[in-house]
Amino acid sequence: MRRQSPWLWTAALAAYAFLYVPLVIVVVYSFNDSRLNAEWVGFTLDWYRKLAADDDMLAAAGNSLLIALTASLVSTVLGTMAGVALHRYKLRLLPILVLAPIAIPEILMGVSLLIFFVLLNVTLGLVSVALAHIAFCIGFVAIVVRARLAGMDESLTEAARDCGATPARAFRHVTLPLIMPGVVAGALMAFTLSIDDFVITFFTAGAGTVTLPLLIYSMIKISVTPEVNAVSTLLMLLTLLLIVVAAKLSPTLLRSDREI
Amino acid sequence: MAKWLVSGPPLLYLLVFFAVPALIMVLASFRTPGEFGGLAPLVDEAGRLDLNTESYVRLLTESVYAQVFVKSAWYALLTTLACLALAYPLATLIAKSPKKHRDLLLLLVILPFWSNFLIRIYAWMIILGPNAALARMVNGVLAWFGAGPVPLLFSAFAVLTCLVYVHLPFMVLPLYANLEKHDQALLDAAQDLGANAWHRFWRITFPLSLPGVYAGAALVFIPALGIFAIPDILGGPDDTLIGNLIKQQFLETRDWPFGSVLSIVLTLAALLLAGIAAWVGRRGAAGAARA
Repeated sequence: MRRQSPWLWTAALAAYAFLYVPLVIVVVYSFNDSRLNAEWVGFTLDWYRKLAADDDMLAAAGNSLLIALTASLVSTVLGTMAGVALHRYKLRLLPILVLAPIAIPEILMGVSLLIFFVLLNVTLGLVSVALAHIAFCIGFVAIVVRARLAGMDESLTEAARDCGATPARAFRHVTLPLIMPGVVAGALMAFTLSIDDFVITFFTAGAGTVTLPLLIYSMIKISVTPEVNAVSTLLMLLTLLLIVVAAKLSPTLLRSDREI
Repeated sequence: MAKWLVSGPPLLYLLVFFAVPALIMVLASFRTPGEFGGLAPLVDEAGRLDLNTESYVRLLTESVYAQVFVKSAWYALLTTLACLALAYPLATLIAKSPKKHRDLLLLLVILPFWSNFLIRIYAWMIILGPNAALARMVNGVLAWFGAGPVPLLFSAFAVLTCLVYVHLPFMVLPLYANLEKHDQALLDAAQDLGANAWHRFWRITFPLSLPGVYAGAALVFIPALGIFAIPDILGGPDDTLIGNLIKQQFLETRDWPFGSVLSIVLTLAALLLAGIAAWVGRRGAAGAARA
């Protein structure tokens, strides 16, 4: 290990600062006793109290949680199946359908689902948003599950089959317990993606349904208020917690050299 | 049999909620906008199938749309270059760190990406706001030179800064994955033969890292090309990009056929670029393997 040149350290530190200073500012100003997000005045928890009393905010948080729970649950089941199928079988269509929603610009999925739901007379709201979220979460779960399977000893499942277990039993008692960390990590990831999604939700929610990101959007379009800082801070804490747990369960989640 | 039981349900779901909507959008791009928005009936009163290429013709003939595409590509290119400049030292440092620190350093790059997209945009509204320290400082300096105050927020500068901010991790990850595999012996040999630090970088490290650069460029350029929330929130009136145009067509003017055309052209551009990046990356890797 040789020592790195000081300019490399400086440039890297500047890049880390660029990544973190904005988020730190959002958090710090959520405790600031001033309407303007301009300079530090004094410490307060008022913005969090305001948040707890804001009915719109609570309703949006409720919607977001409901959608994220449904979407992560369904997409975990479907995504696990897709991950297993991608690992075990040579398939032509599924790999494309699993990866395409991740690869193409998000806005396309949003507008194409908008046309689809409207033409089918599906009322835009919680249901259409959840259906859309499931569609983009499946791929992420499938990738995490497949990475877990790739690192697993397939002969264990074969041994169970040789001992007379049906494919279903072998999966339920051998494969599934072994890939469980991957499945849970995928579920947490899906939950995070769903609760944070703005673009696809924006197009599929219709006029009456508001989620947290949609509410934040309409608030910041009007003005900058520390209440947004407070809800942002809470949302960041939740995401941080979920992702750290997911990363503990599935270390490949944070490795960039995984095959996508 | 087991194959279909396992792959069937996700396949079916993605067919219904991804492939079919995409095909409907392709069909919609050949239809006529409805009188009150949306789509006119597929079969008109005379019983004729109403399919035409008018929306495509409009895209090709009205130069204002080509300008928006060019502007979007330009913003995406600037974003990619700025990300590359910021990511290269960062990825180099991580790749050269002791193994036990690498995961943590990498985690620190990825974490901001997992915070809410809108929160990251909002953060720049605060930083670049007219009352914030940065704007006061910049305008103080400008006033000293006798130049008028400039707004930082609602400008191309704000849009580009946030585009770079949001996409930086996508450049760091593939670059790191590439740089981590480099053989230190090559650089040592070059040094023994008298190459200085700049030559070692420019003649060895950089050419070998090209596959990572291309992968990162694709991962930054493609999403940056279709972005709409960042110019929507941080941009001024001149910062309309393709994403904003698509949003307008679907939610404001409600011209679905034209919105579909814009979306399809955007997708084709994205797929084409991804294909080129994959091809160049493979060729680069093959070349590096030969060298």
